[in-house]
Amino acid sequence: MLAQLAASFISAIAFGIIFHVPKKTLLPCGIAGVVGWIPYLYLVYLRFDQILATFITSLLVAFLSHFFSKTYKAPIIIFTVPGIIPLVPGGLAYDAMRHVVQQHYFAAIEYAAKAFMISGAIAIGLVFSEVVTKMMVKIHKRISQRM
Amino acid sequence: MLAQTKEIFEACLLAGKIMLENGAETYRVEDTMLRMAKALGVERSHCFAMPTGIIFSFDDIEQTKLVRVSDRTIDLNKVALVNSISRQIASGGISGREAVIKLKQIDKSKPLYPIWLQLLSASIASGWFVIMFRGMWTDFIPAMLSGGLGFASLVYIHRFVKIRFFAEFFSSLIIGFTAFWQVRLGIGADLDKIIIGSVMPLVPGLQITNAVRDLMAGHLVAGLSKGAEAFLTAFAIGSGIAVVISFLLN
Repeated sequence: MLAQLAASFISAIAFGIIFHVPKKTLLPCGIAGVVGWIPYLYLVYLRFDQILATFITSLLVAFLSHFFSKTYKAPIIIFTVPGIIPLVPGGLAYDAMRHVVQQHYFAAIEYAAKAFMISGAIAIGLVFSEVVTKMMVKIHKRISQRM
Repeated sequence: MLAQTKEIFEACLLAGKIMLENGAETYRVEDTMLRMAKALGVERSHCFAMPTGIIFSFDDIEQTKLVRVSDRTIDLNKVALVNSISRQIASGGISGREAVIKLKQIDKSKPLYPIWLQLLSASIASGWFVIMFRGMWTDFIPAMLSGGLGFASLVYIHRFVKIRFFAEFFSSLIIGFTAFWQVRLGIGADLDKIIIGSVMPLVPGLQITNAVRDLMAGHLVAGLSKGAEAFLTAFAIGSGIAVVISFLLN
């Protein structure tokens, strides 16, 4: 577990460096990476479906990134990208490719469909959080107008 | 055209161009340009941004400008800097002329992190990804080696050959061969885990996220073309690995 914590933190910071994020945002990028991996592991451990676990985790990453982007006054994309990188189904895509090459097409399609669903879950998680935050801002405005 | 309007035009277009070239979402590019124009005193302006170019016009004067964006990299620091300049303009801190000067500086500035640091972090990320995907610690160093080599070849091939997706294909080929020979020589144990860890720095995660966000924001042209770019990148990586597997394992 400690190794997983360190792995997600360090690799998210490394991804931040690859994408040239500003220096002051490297640490929050690492935290976003941890939030993008540890909850996922826990949910899968609790026997959640892989796709549902991915959705919930990417939602968490997106909320956290929104908070960070407000605090650090930086575009939200800086925090979401290192955060969701561990969730990207690289392993599944690789398995799909491998089965195609070995001419096991049925197995390949199964893996590919799963990889596709998981990328969709990541995307929906990100978009959903944006919808919710926008709604919250609107409600907040309306309430403060009435006051 | 008034000199002042010209400056506003230049500032907005330059800001949009820098953002688009360095990996910002298209809807955010348009949003920033429109906001900047408004803060600088132009009430109504129209902007149409695509991954390959920007069209920008003001309502009151009959002029439209177009900039072509041909080379796209990822440098989120520049995106953040442009973002802060647009904030400064919105709060009335700087004028159009100052903004143009500052944006030109940003456009010319060197990347934040030197290339050796990027290579180092790509290889570190590859090593740790093996651990995240439940690999063994013995595969840590082999993944670092092949991941670093793969990323280095991506960067250097991209400098010499300007054909898109070729660099991705070739670097994943290199990753596959390095990983295979390390396993063959007994340095690494699990070929699958080493390869998956090492290709992670090449995976088009940013493009996929941007594509979906653009699509959801209603920017269909930009979203679809970015999605196509991401898909082709992933396909290039996959075929590089597939070549290695079919040659060496069968």
